[in-house]
Amino acid sequence: MDQALQHLVNGTVLGGTYALLGIGLTLIFGVMRVVNFTHGELYAFGAYMTYAFVSLLGVNFFAALALATLCGVALGALIELVLLRSMRKADIDSVMLVMIGASLVLQNGEMWAWGGVAKLVPNPFNGSPLVFGPVSVLPLRLFVLVVSAALLLGFWLMLDRTRAGVAMRATFQDPETAALMGVRIGWVNTATFAIGSGLAAAAGALLGPVFMVSPTMGDLVGLKAFAIVILGGLGSLPGATLGGFALGFVEEYAGGYLSTEYRDAFGFLLIILVLALKPQGLVPAKERIG
Amino acid sequence: MNTRLRNAAPWLFPLALALVPLVFPDPYLLAVLTSAGIFIIGAISLNLLLGYTGQLSLGHVAFFGLGAYTSALASLGFDIGIGFGLRITLQPQPVWLGFIAAIIVAGGFGWLLGRLAFRVRGAYFVIITICFAQVLRMVALNWIELTQGPMALISIPPFSLWLPGQGVVPLYSKAQNYWLVLGVAVLAFIVVRQLVESRIGRALVALRANESLARSVGIRVTHYLIIAAVVSAGIAGAAGSLFAHYVRIVDPDVFLFIYTVTMVIMVITGGKGTLWGPVVGGLIFGLIPDLLRGRAAPEAQWVLYGVAMILFVMFLPRGIVPALASLKSRA
Repeated sequence: MDQALQHLVNGTVLGGTYALLGIGLTLIFGVMRVVNFTHGELYAFGAYMTYAFVSLLGVNFFAALALATLCGVALGALIELVLLRSMRKADIDSVMLVMIGASLVLQNGEMWAWGGVAKLVPNPFNGSPLVFGPVSVLPLRLFVLVVSAALLLGFWLMLDRTRAGVAMRATFQDPETAALMGVRIGWVNTATFAIGSGLAAAAGALLGPVFMVSPTMGDLVGLKAFAIVILGGLGSLPGATLGGFALGFVEEYAGGYLSTEYRDAFGFLLIILVLALKPQGLVPAKERIG
Repeated sequence: MNTRLRNAAPWLFPLALALVPLVFPDPYLLAVLTSAGIFIIGAISLNLLLGYTGQLSLGHVAFFGLGAYTSALASLGFDIGIGFGLRITLQPQPVWLGFIAAIIVAGGFGWLLGRLAFRVRGAYFVIITICFAQVLRMVALNWIELTQGPMALISIPPFSLWLPGQGVVPLYSKAQNYWLVLGVAVLAFIVVRQLVESRIGRALVALRANESLARSVGIRVTHYLIIAAVVSAGIAGAAGSLFAHYVRIVDPDVFLFIYTVTMVIMVITGGKGTLWGPVVGGLIFGLIPDLLRGRAAPEAQWVLYGVAMILFVMFLPRGIVPALASLKSRA
């Protein structure tokens, strides 16, 4: 039972960052109909930028997290402007291929720039775990959970309360009608891709110090982001949040009780099953996309 | 005369290629061409799905890897426990049997994946196929009793063939392996050509153009898609088997996404949905790594591949072969 509680805590921490990743990806898909293969690379980019700011430039850890996220936003905006803007009328498969090309460039660019050796990001947190009755959690992980929860909340408020959020939701539902109502779709797309990328970079910046930073760290994560989004239903924002936590728990419990080696495989098996049996996902988006 | 020449032209190309080891007996050149050839077979098989059915299958390396492991394991033999105290034991088999087993196993998994994945289209299909390859990679990494995991399967025997006057001999030389790969590539090309020029091929092209319309005139869409998936997977399995017995070491990295991407780039740049597209694209991208070797970091090669993919999709989406063909017809 104690072990089950501990897995619950670990799963929640993992799930929070997964939810950040999933929300970004599903938002981009929902608004732009783009399957974003660069998402995992932006995650890695966020982690590397944190490393660069903290270890190379000596910036304060918390400021470095914020700066890394901003760099992710900027890179996302750049990708949208250079590659996606001219492909808005292209079919979904062509856009996927372009994004795969972009992820090859980003990943190998990172490998080129940083070398293949994994990097450690120093953090100011105490290394000994906090103990709450039967469960214990590292302060750094608790911090990761709190920040991801705050980012998720902030994102929801932005989407729900601001004019930009309304424009995004309108484009999400029906781009043509939104354009007729005076929404500037081009800028909504840029903002969407930038924010989604920023969330991925934030997840990388947060998890970089927990694990190690390596050029291939984005590979598995990019696929996991797809798993999350599909679990929740492609294009469903509540679904992505739920899917993030669901994948966190599945990995944690299946890894703990069934098999550590196959821990990462469970997520992919889950996607194949969900897609084969219930393709609309656990929380079907009201507007079916794709 | 002119038409006669044109009819003969497709046969002159493989004939010219067959003469390469006699004219340039450089082992390095032959090694490069052989590995390019193995990937070209993979690209030919991918083109059947990507080009003729229009389904963006991004888990294609799964069948390549399955073929490589099946063939390697059949020729090495294995002895594994399957629970309840039962064991499966296989004595080492001749390599040609492994080659056939590779085609059958890969084709069988192609059928299975087809049944699962063709229930959905577009982004969903793409993601199922990627996940399928990932799951197989995890199995290859972790089922150590069977696959040796990251320690890899080693000492895989080379291909052996019956040659007149010499009996069954193992193919150790570069030239022999080169001819073998060339032969299988020509066979794969012919199989795909016969398929796409048959009734099945016309059904595939019809459903690529407009699936609802194809369905409405009575084409059994899923049935034909699965036929294409099985044939495509079987050919990829054959390529995997060639790879296993040529390189003679197989590790879980044969399932890496990057190899699928390599085959996709070959098909896209050459021209998807054309018979010669994967051959042209495969020659270009099979030879680039070796032209760059020593001049640029390996990462630079992948960056170049990524840029090429972006530029081709954005500016020459139909690929080199159709572009050349339209230039020729205009002239």
